[in-house]
Amino acid sequence: MAATTGAQSVFRNKMARYYGYFTIGFIVVATIMLLLEIFAGLPTQFIGWIFMLLTLALYATIGILSRTKAIDEYYVAGRNVPAVFNGMATGADWMSAASFISMAGTLYLIGYDGLAYIMGWTGGYVLLALLFAPYLRKFGQYTIPDFVGARFGGNTARVVAAICAIIVSLTYVTAQVVGVGLIMQRFVGVDYRLGIIIGLSGVLVCSFLGGMKAVTWTQVAQYIILIIAYLIPVTALSMSLTGFPIPQLSYGQALSNITRLEAEQKISVTTESPVVPGKFVTTGYIPPFNEGMSNAPGVTAVRQLNTALGTNFTPPTTQTIPDAKRPELGDWRSTPWNFLALMACLMLGTAGLPHILIRFYTVPSVRESRLSVGWSLFFIFLLYFTAPAYAAFSRWNILQNVVGQEIMALPEWTANWGRQGLIAIRDFSTINGVAVGSEPSWVKNLVTAGSLTITDTNGNGVIDLGPFAKDGDNPATAGEIAGTAVTEASLDGVLQFNEFGSPTGPAIDGDLVVLSTPDIAGLPYTIGALVAAGGLAAALSTADGLLVVIASAIAHDIYFKVVNPKASLNTRMWLGKTMIVVAAAVAALLALPRLALIAQMVAWAFSMATATFFPIVLLGIFWSRANGPGAIAGMIGGLATTIFYMAMNYWNPAFNVLGITHLGSGIFGLPVAIILCIVVSLLTPAPSREIQELVTHLRNPVTDDEVMAKYGSGDSITAH
Amino acid sequence: MSDPKKLPIEERVKLYWKENQRLIIILLAIWFAVSYLPVLIVNQLNNIVIAGFPLGYYMGSQGSLIVFVVLIFYYAFAMNRLDEKYGMSDRDK
Repeated sequence: MAATTGAQSVFRNKMARYYGYFTIGFIVVATIMLLLEIFAGLPTQFIGWIFMLLTLALYATIGILSRTKAIDEYYVAGRNVPAVFNGMATGADWMSAASFISMAGTLYLIGYDGLAYIMGWTGGYVLLALLFAPYLRKFGQYTIPDFVGARFGGNTARVVAAICAIIVSLTYVTAQVVGVGLIMQRFVGVDYRLGIIIGLSGVLVCSFLGGMKAVTWTQVAQYIILIIAYLIPVTALSMSLTGFPIPQLSYGQALSNITRLEAEQKISVTTESPVVPGKFVTTGYIPPFNEGMSNAPGVTAVRQLNTALGTNFTPPTTQTIPDAKRPELGDWRSTPWNFLALMACLMLGTAGLPHILIRFYTVPSVRESRLSVGWSLFFIFLLYFTAPAYAAFSRWNILQNVVGQEIMALPEWTANWGRQGLIAIRDFSTINGVAVGSEPSWVKNLVTAGSLTITDTNGNGVIDLGPFAKDGDNPATAGEIAGTAVTEASLDGVLQFNEFGSPTGPAIDGDLVVLSTPDIAGLPYTIGALVAAGGLAAALSTADGLLVVIASAIAHDIYFKVVNPKASLNTRMWLGKTMIVVAAAVAALLALPRLALIAQMVAWAFSMATATFFPIVLLGIFWSRANGPGAIAGMIGGLATTIFYMAMNYWNPAFNVLGITHLGSGIFGLPVAIILCIVVSLLTPAPSREIQELVTHLRNPVTDDEVMAKYGSGDSITAH
Repeated sequence: MSDPKKLPIEERVKLYWKENQRLIIILLAIWFAVSYLPVLIVNQLNNIVIAGFPLGYYMGSQGSLIVFVVLIFYYAFAMNRLDEKYGMSDRDK
């Protein structure tokens, strides 16, 4: 009816006006803070607190205003979210702490190879638009296990899907909580644990009171904050380096400067592979596929687990490939296979992640759902399109203004970040005259690793560096330090690229690239606080969406659908709210030990979704002959294959096919899932007539919702 | 030319689905061509440099993304037209 469409556009315009005022208000507040900082000397700690509390209070207010007792508002935001706003909400839901903070850092560190993430995390939306979103909206229930359960006729399939959804979402939400704690710690200066508690309470007010409805409208606000916060520093950096304020277009200049400086500083060199004669590998930012394989993350994970749990597992021996001692393992660098496998898993996994899929239940119609995927990708695109510029400008700036400079003449921000223990200037000239025993941690680490010895030969209590000298016993000695770590370049007082690192290793922590850009560009602290607020918005919005998925998987899919189908509406709401709190508490507990393994598990979630949800939902929509036993066999087989390859390669990189690492393991589970689903489906009876009709209805946008309802939960579905 | 809107519903769903599938396959082919193919020939593409951007790098960092956005909006537009053609739009129920 035309009237409905009219009501929808009135609603859309009203929300557009609200969020327009909100955006202006936010910019005004930020500008006032900026002026207060410059002219009134507002203390930085205070600015950090104001930004945190103001944004958290804002999210809580939206949560309270959208509080609800209606079940379809709680699970699917009343199905009246206009396509554009659903796009912004999906954008915030999708872009996590990892996208906001780590993406540009990864590109900064590994160059072209990092682009697998840029393409992978956007290309998946094409699959979502073409293959999933319209049909899931047509199906129109509450959860993804709802779809699996209805389409594959049975509670077994539903429960398997619910458990998969819980595992994937819980690891993901834990990573967000870690991000929240780190941002609060760095920018507000509170303890990591307190940071987690403050941040999580902001999330809880929202999702607890208003479920999906509150989460959606908060995410819209969070999107606006995070995109403003992401764009401002890089625009300023571009302005100061090139005089042109659109970094997305002008970073070609940064790329050519990187290529030139890398050649000058011998960072980009072409060398023959140590194991495959005649094969050449070029290092550097632009040349592709130059990352070797290593099980270093696996070794770290075992050590961290031992510390956290008090266990005594033996870590695997550290290995890297290519390995000059084991030439039979080959050299997979300079081949594209790992890149392609990783990219494919990120794309297919994106299309299979439950917290993204359920967003397309919240739009009013099939028509809007197609458009909404377009808006989602557009809003995500604004950030992903900028990340390569961020990385390139940072790298250019570091190569030009930091590396190759006299240690004494480094920019001021390097000293600040060094004092906070975030970066380390790893040139030995910095420890000349330092008291023995109070060396910086990177020096102590070298001593522990055995590549450096310090002997106070003249007994004056401080380290005295002599000029570089080589003698017969030690490869290199000078003054009072000796060992393999000492080379002529390492104490010349000039910063080399590999001397600009973190306290633990020769490369800086990738997360610092985005966080340090305001300092590098010489911007006031207010902009730094704005970036932190943006990072917080990214982490909280993702956490919100994930908590709703976990709560609905337990309260709706497992309890209501399987355990107690007679549960009253009140019981279900109450249980859903309780589960949100429980899930948040579990995530906070998992986040406390800060295991690196958590970040790894988020990457694995994509591989697992690639081998389970993606093929099953795809076959469910496009092949009406697929049945329950086929789907269950496919999901279990796909998951088992993926986990097997993942674990084997994580532990021992010598176990690999075409040099594909554990991150791309879903590429092996995918065909197994598809073949198993097809073969088992054909060997077992065809699905019932009713289910085959359901598939036909899915493909037809105009079937009445009342007809659809009989295939689903039996709950009445909100009219358009 | 008969009006597809007047065909029986089963017939309409069938034709509609066929056209939809064709569109999906074409768009997926483009999707593959701008994201996976350039990775395979990135070294050759990198020899072409436009405004400082090596083409192979550019396809990975921005070029393919632009095409992704266009593909999705085009699909939404084309499907709206297809909905109208077969009288299947859920806007004016």
